[in-house]
Amino acid sequence: MAEAAALNLWQLAFILGLSPLFAGILQKCKELVASKRGPGIFQPYRDLRKLFAKDAVTPESSTWIFRFTPYVVFVIPLVVTLLIPVLTDFPLFFAFVGDMLAAGFILAASGFFFTLAAIDGGNPYGPMGASRTRMVGFLVEPVIIIVLFTVSFIADSTIPYIVQQHWVHPLSNFFTASHVLLLIAFFMVLLAETGRIPVDNPSGHFELAMIDESKALEFSGPALALLKWGGYMKFAVLAIIFLNVLTTPWGLASTGTIPAMLLATALVFLKVLALVLLIVVVESSFAKLRLFRITDFVGAAFAVAVTAMVTELLGL
Amino acid sequence: MTAWLYHLNALVLGLFILTAIAMVVVRQIGACLQIFVMQSLLLSASAFLLGGAPWSWHLFALGCVTIASKAVLIPWILRSLVPAQVYARRELSQSVGVPAALLSAFALLLVGYAVGMPLNAAAHSLSPGNVSLGIAGLLIALLQLAVRREAVPQILAILGMENGAFLVGIAIAPNFPLIAELAIAFDVPLLAFIVAILARAVYRETGSTEAGSLAALRELA
Repeated sequence: MAEAAALNLWQLAFILGLSPLFAGILQKCKELVASKRGPGIFQPYRDLRKLFAKDAVTPESSTWIFRFTPYVVFVIPLVVTLLIPVLTDFPLFFAFVGDMLAAGFILAASGFFFTLAAIDGGNPYGPMGASRTRMVGFLVEPVIIIVLFTVSFIADSTIPYIVQQHWVHPLSNFFTASHVLLLIAFFMVLLAETGRIPVDNPSGHFELAMIDESKALEFSGPALALLKWGGYMKFAVLAIIFLNVLTTPWGLASTGTIPAMLLATALVFLKVLALVLLIVVVESSFAKLRLFRITDFVGAAFAVAVTAMVTELLGL
Repeated sequence: MTAWLYHLNALVLGLFILTAIAMVVVRQIGACLQIFVMQSLLLSASAFLLGGAPWSWHLFALGCVTIASKAVLIPWILRSLVPAQVYARRELSQSVGVPAALLSAFALLLVGYAVGMPLNAAAHSLSPGNVSLGIAGLLIALLQLAVRREAVPQILAILGMENGAFLVGIAIAPNFPLIAELAIAFDVPLLAFIVAILARAVYRETGSTEAGSLAALRELA
């Protein structure tokens, strides 16, 4: 009992503590690829500390939603963390409270509040970014749903712990066509959902082209820090779902002992690092798509997901 | 061992159908040609995999012939005869928009699935998917023929239909006589050659290879 609680806390601490580092490494690597020096990999931590020490300014016209949203955006990835196998491959307390569909909906709730808050702030670019995020979101949603349905066809479950075990035993499950295609589709969804380059430029600050960033324009001080941290954690959580549940379900702790957990922490860290490097390659080699070409990108993801489903239905 | 070939063949089939869909929607003509090369390589990969389990040298020969003619010879013909400017262009005037074309392609994928399932009983034991996805590939290439307006994507659509038919063929008749394969292998580059010459001539005259605009008559200046 106490052990399970401790393991849960360990997983929360992993997401909470290391997610800014992943963002920092991603930024640093991108700068290195572009032959620039860039800020150090610990820059997100420094940014967060600086922002937490500052005073917050809220627009006069804003309502409670504006003040409430940073907490929602901060807490929701942590809630999802409780549902997914971050470091252990055996289920913990909340494993059967919600499946991957639930995790998607819970994450969508944070997006919903962020959208409302962006409109609530009264900045003209807020609603623009918010509506664009909604557009990407509603294009991505059918892809996610098809991916999850295909997963449930294959593994007979959408509980992440069970799905993860399905790929491991027997190993040949891992190499089925539908699984490989699912990975491609989910990776594209991951890029779209976290505002990465073919869809959105996370380092661009030109108001007319911004999608994700412009929602936080009116936030300042601790509220902005919470939003940023929440964004880092959302990326980490989606990366963990992608890696631990779908792509590389290996390297997790199968017992709750401290050495096993330490080893799992190191291995999962390395896996996320590899994903970060992959994203660096993608971000450095593609240009951002024009707004109305995003449908093409997500359409391609949809095509891949549907093909995965059809190959699964064919019994291949 | 057979299970591995089976899974690998399924993956190849999935990628094959993705290339078929991509050829309908991709805008750059050069990219369309590259995707066609990939599709042909996937077709030959499927032939190699099916030829491996119950050993069939016909399928191996077919794979080699496919690589030689569709992955090397036809792209070379099309690249060298059609002016390079054609490949650098984007085709913006498709007769159906990209999302609509994509949805139609999915519908055809499901049609192929429905039509192919009863035929699977007749197919090669290793490949229940080849028939369904081959028919789907053929139908999607037919869609491409209707959607695309430039000459090069249209000839690629015809060749894509042929790829789909071959995907079915290698599953139904693993010991297809080699002479038929060779005949087709000579036939198809000839087709590409003629269309490429034609497209080149049309490009010289009109400055574009839009076959769609050839439907209307025009006075010569």
